[in-house]
Amino acid sequence: VSGVPPPGAAAGRDHPERAAAFVANEARARWHDQALWYVREKRDRAATLVPDWELLRAVAAAIRAHTQGRLADYLEEFERNAVARGAKVHWARDAAEHNEIVHRILAGHGVRRVAKSKSMLTEECGLNPYLEARGIEVVDTDLGERIVQLAGEPPSHIIFPAIHRKREEIGELFHAKLGTPAGLADPKALTEAARGHLRERFMTADAGMTGVNFAVAETGGIVVCTNEGNADMGTHLPRLHVACMGVEKVVPTLADLAVFVRLLARSATGQPVTTYTSHFHGPVEGGELHVVILDGGRARLLADPRFRRSLTCIRCGACMNTCPVYRRSGGYSYGYVVPGPIGSLLGAARDPVGNASLPFASTLCGSCDDVCPVKVDLHHELLLRRADLAERRIVPASKRLGMSVLSWILARRWAYELAGALARFALRTLPRGVLYSRWNAWGRRRELPAPPEESFRQAWRRTRGARRG
Amino acid sequence: MLAAPMRVALFVPCYVDQLWPRVGLAAASVLERQGVEVAFPEEQTCCGQPMSNAGCADAAAPLARRFLEIFSGYDAVVCPSGSCTSMVRNHYEGYLAGRPGFDALRRSTYELCEFLVDVLGVKTLEGAYPHKVGLHQSCHGLRELRLGTPSERIVSPRTSKVAGLLGTLRGIELVPLARADECCGFGGTFAVAEEAVSCLMGKDRLADHARAGAEIVTGTDVSCLMHLEGLARRDGVALRFKHVAEVMSEATA
Repeated sequence: VSGVPPPGAAAGRDHPERAAAFVANEARARWHDQALWYVREKRDRAATLVPDWELLRAVAAAIRAHTQGRLADYLEEFERNAVARGAKVHWARDAAEHNEIVHRILAGHGVRRVAKSKSMLTEECGLNPYLEARGIEVVDTDLGERIVQLAGEPPSHIIFPAIHRKREEIGELFHAKLGTPAGLADPKALTEAARGHLRERFMTADAGMTGVNFAVAETGGIVVCTNEGNADMGTHLPRLHVACMGVEKVVPTLADLAVFVRLLARSATGQPVTTYTSHFHGPVEGGELHVVILDGGRARLLADPRFRRSLTCIRCGACMNTCPVYRRSGGYSYGYVVPGPIGSLLGAARDPVGNASLPFASTLCGSCDDVCPVKVDLHHELLLRRADLAERRIVPASKRLGMSVLSWILARRWAYELAGALARFALRTLPRGVLYSRWNAWGRRRELPAPPEESFRQAWRRTRGARRG
Repeated sequence: MLAAPMRVALFVPCYVDQLWPRVGLAAASVLERQGVEVAFPEEQTCCGQPMSNAGCADAAAPLARRFLEIFSGYDAVVCPSGSCTSMVRNHYEGYLAGRPGFDALRRSTYELCEFLVDVLGVKTLEGAYPHKVGLHQSCHGLRELRLGTPSERIVSPRTSKVAGLLGTLRGIELVPLARADECCGFGGTFAVAEEAVSCLMGKDRLADHARAGAEIVTGTDVSCLMHLEGLARRDGVALRFKHVAEVMSEATA
């Protein structure tokens, strides 16, 4: 916060370096792990209370797959119905176009201050700095978002943007920015302080902005899920509401929506439903509702059968909460707007070179696949993305060469047996100082295995060879 | 009983062959005790998983083709590793799809415990193992082979082929863990490339087993155990590590 750098941020250029920086403070990494594990357990309990949870997931996955297959049709249906309800629909090819459209709408209404509820899409587009550079103040009204905004940080989790901050640090931040008493760390008091501060911003905002959790094709309505009611607060007073969504947010019908609403909050936080599930059908009387729909590389992802299922994500964050790597390495270790397993996929799709380390920031334990409410095959896609990066020679040449040499050895029994014997000989005879030199990353915090005198095959030959040939 | 003994090829992962021969021997003895004829095809080396997981498909492909040649023609291929078994069953498709014998190989390749339970129909194990044992559920066995019900799956009944087998040993106590199936952090090249996170994950597993009062940590994969054992030995954590094959063979010895 003031003076405290965001843990793990800007500490290196790839995931291992940034993760190591976060993990260097073991106590903090464990606290972060435990905080998110608590959410995973809450999710387990909430899901257990739903009869046929796994069937619900399968239905959701089927709806998403169906929708993907006719995405353009459903988007056009949504547009027709939204326009019929008086909304204006805008199509943005990329982040730049998205930001221009939003700015044009706001500037056209002379907006000076925007109250914005949580939207990962506007984070993806870098909308806040874009608008602020053009003289429009953006107030993030979700408490977690406001905390990171005041701290000048990006969110570190898509559901809990300030999960990396301890309450004492938030007290310190509020003391500096909102004038709360020094040393205040009681979550209730801090929340009250934020409410008071935000109330004044809500009252004086010229426009409200929201993200979109779901856009319903058959009704032309949009749905925003929050726990704080801030989407409603932000959009009820001003006459102008701008809602931003990616093309993947569309669902065919209200009946389909019900499936996702049952899954979303349970998967995200372990609540049966978010406190507010707000439906917007057209503008408020005398006002305007604009829906900005972004492609931003999504059509390209949809066209690739290897990775298209990652586009069905409903942004619940469950894969982050269950990921044993994310829980310990923190959101900033990913260096992409969406962290965790799904972020590694989306980040590598968007910028394969810049995010080349992300598909490898996983043990491929597969827990993400099993929590995902829409059954994205996350760990399998991570593996496919690794192959994609290697094929495109984005994986370092040294690694590709190393694997080729290893493959050459392993394809020849004599070379394999010789290499194995040499390795065991080296493990037995080399002095510790050589074995555990700087290059040995395994041995930095771990002992190497104690080498046996003979391999399995030698023992087999010796004891069974005579009998079985 | 079967009319003729099943002819099973023992698939010993490369690192088990070179570094943990006793696990391969234990697996063979467990199988033989069930009346199975065990062969060790000596041409075998490695299934190619390290290359495949690194994304280097070109380097993995020749090893997959080699594996198919070497292991074709047996009644079953049995492996004391969930991860290497999963490589054959779930990840060879891209390398071997359409090749003669591939479907048969994929269908007949088993992890040791699932072979005992699903193929041989073993319900109880003979022998005693009077120890407090922590079961590390290696992820690929658990989630790619479905050797058990992962904690995040909301289904009932919840099962575990491995715990089910081990639990029938006389005197064994399988200790309850706070996190029943959290990954240990090995992850193949992850263990080295992401050394810091890998080691913290491993230490957290050790702490969980130690808190639960385990004397011995067992599991279906030596890779995970090797990582945990290396951490425990460095930090002086008093836990012992044995592959499930060792537990089963020692129990009846």
